[in-house]
Amino acid sequence: MKGLSKDRLWSMAVLAPSVILIAVFVYGFIARSVYVSMTDWGNDPAQALALEPIIRWVGLANYQELFTGFLQGRFRQELVSTIFFTVFFILGCLGLGLGLALILDRNPKGEGLWRTIFLFPMSLSFIVTGTIWRWMLQPGGGVNQAPTLLGGQPSTFGWLSSTDALWKFDWNKLPLLTASVVGLVLIVLAVRAARSGDRTRTLVAAACAALLLGWALLIGPNVKLLPAPELHGFNLALIGIIIAAVWQMSGYTMALYLAGLRGIPEELREAAKVDGANDLSLYRHVIFPLLAPISLSAMIVLGHISLKIFDLVYAMAGPDNISTSVPALNMYLTSFRQNQFALGAAIGTILLILVAFVIVPYLSSQFRSEEGHA
Amino acid sequence: MTATPAKAAAAPATPRRPVQPGRVLMYALLVLAALFFLVPVYLLLATALKSPDAISLATTWHWPAALNWASFSEAWGKIGGNMLNSLFLAVTATLLSALLGSLNGYALSKWKFRGANTLFALMLFGMFIPYQAVLIPLFQFIKELGLYGSIWGLILAHVVYGIPITTLIFRNFYADVPDALVEAATIDGAGFWQIYRLVIFPISIPGFVVVIIWQFTQVWNEFLFAATLTNTTSQPVTYALSQLAGGQAVSWNLPMAGAILAALPTLLVYILLGRYFVRGLLAGSVKG
Repeated sequence: MKGLSKDRLWSMAVLAPSVILIAVFVYGFIARSVYVSMTDWGNDPAQALALEPIIRWVGLANYQELFTGFLQGRFRQELVSTIFFTVFFILGCLGLGLGLALILDRNPKGEGLWRTIFLFPMSLSFIVTGTIWRWMLQPGGGVNQAPTLLGGQPSTFGWLSSTDALWKFDWNKLPLLTASVVGLVLIVLAVRAARSGDRTRTLVAAACAALLLGWALLIGPNVKLLPAPELHGFNLALIGIIIAAVWQMSGYTMALYLAGLRGIPEELREAAKVDGANDLSLYRHVIFPLLAPISLSAMIVLGHISLKIFDLVYAMAGPDNISTSVPALNMYLTSFRQNQFALGAAIGTILLILVAFVIVPYLSSQFRSEEGHA
Repeated sequence: MTATPAKAAAAPATPRRPVQPGRVLMYALLVLAALFFLVPVYLLLATALKSPDAISLATTWHWPAALNWASFSEAWGKIGGNMLNSLFLAVTATLLSALLGSLNGYALSKWKFRGANTLFALMLFGMFIPYQAVLIPLFQFIKELGLYGSIWGLILAHVVYGIPITTLIFRNFYADVPDALVEAATIDGAGFWQIYRLVIFPISIPGFVVVIIWQFTQVWNEFLFAATLTNTTSQPVTYALSQLAGGQAVSWNLPMAGAILAALPTLLVYILLGRYFVRGLLAGSVKG
């Protein structure tokens, strides 16, 4: 294809506008956000909206403020909330989606209709979903009234207003907890690497685990992020929002799993049956392992949606409900209500780091395998 | 032949005709799941069709005795203009990003150059970022362009951040088009644009349908940019609905009717063209 240089130039020319736009709007703006997060823009209200604001470089002070500042307890609770939200949201979507897909895979009558019913919330806006569920979860609303339909007493659970929390822990213990969890994961990795005979990997993982756990045991207990203990946990007010989110997104996992199930060749199932597998072991040993990559894709897509979810919370609980708030909502309020741009940019950057943990390994593994084939 | 005894062993001695407990359980579960998905719709309709004074806690679950369609005209009065904003926004942004996506997908899949995959992966990253991480510079940029508060600022944002997904869908779509087709056309002396116009574009209709449906739904439903980049004259319907439902004193038939109006366009698209919608859905997560 040597003689086609003119066409090749055209193909690059066609790509150029998109490449430039993405370079500016994604990478340029991320760099700019990170820069803003290291200044004091907006920390002094008088300077926030000035035409020529005086902006000073403050390094990591905004991050320090978020993680240890007296006023930023809300952000720390949100960070904890978003982790709990993500875990339960993913579990709910995977469980319900897999269940529905397994049922639909048995070819019930009117399969298309059932599928349409399970999937339609995907086409709605989170704002619409939030509006509906906000009404249903009012203190005396539809869900709490539901037991009366069966002759029972109305429930009094404060779906969106509860201030109770489960699994509370002291924020000061966070470094200790993180180090312990990461250390344990590294030990598992080391054991697995040892089993597969990869010596360097075993040594590196084991050394890192020992370092982290040693730190956690010897130094960790004395680290104090805050002068006083500050308890954070899983706020019960999030349950309603998780249910609404699962209502909206579980159809997506159902569609993914169903596509996966349909892709399993019939011969494979037949072969397993010939080998004497009953239904249960067919699922356990043949079908579920084949669905594992789909679960991973779904977890990654749902995980990044969950970490940046903001509109659903806004529509269901309003911007000022601290028990249900998440960092993505806080970022919007901090930046565009209080005009504390630097602090807002810091929250946005933390969100990006969280999402990048999920996405970057995924994208690079997807493309590494592809380049291998090419 | 060997399958027959194994089958009999797997489902021991259940004759075909009579009702199988497994099937009954299956339909029971389906109905239960359908209730979970449809009960909110029932409550939505029942509340929207009640008159404000008929809405009370004790009768939340009752179907209205007298249907009150006035909620819809009242809701339209409050958010109708925003619906038109959303329509203009979604149609324009969708068409522009679909066109860009098609050209990008064509260039990336049929005129591969060194580093094309890396470039594509870097583009795709833009699809996953939390937009909060670019929101402040985006806001400043749109403001400096003089587009703050105008629908065109919002369109620009949606077109740019739509490029990754539209490129992805078209790239995968064109990957299934045999390279021999393109090679044959080059031998006939056709160039980059001729091949696109005569070979690629005519077979792209299904790709365009998938992309347009997907982008239309995304743009119509989006909230963060809508809340940040617009003012009262250009706000799309999601923002207007959040304002309508956010007030504490409002009677609930109004936001419910508003929610129905705001949901209707994307819901219709989904019901009429569900097959393509699902394809867009799957394309967003299964890379190629």
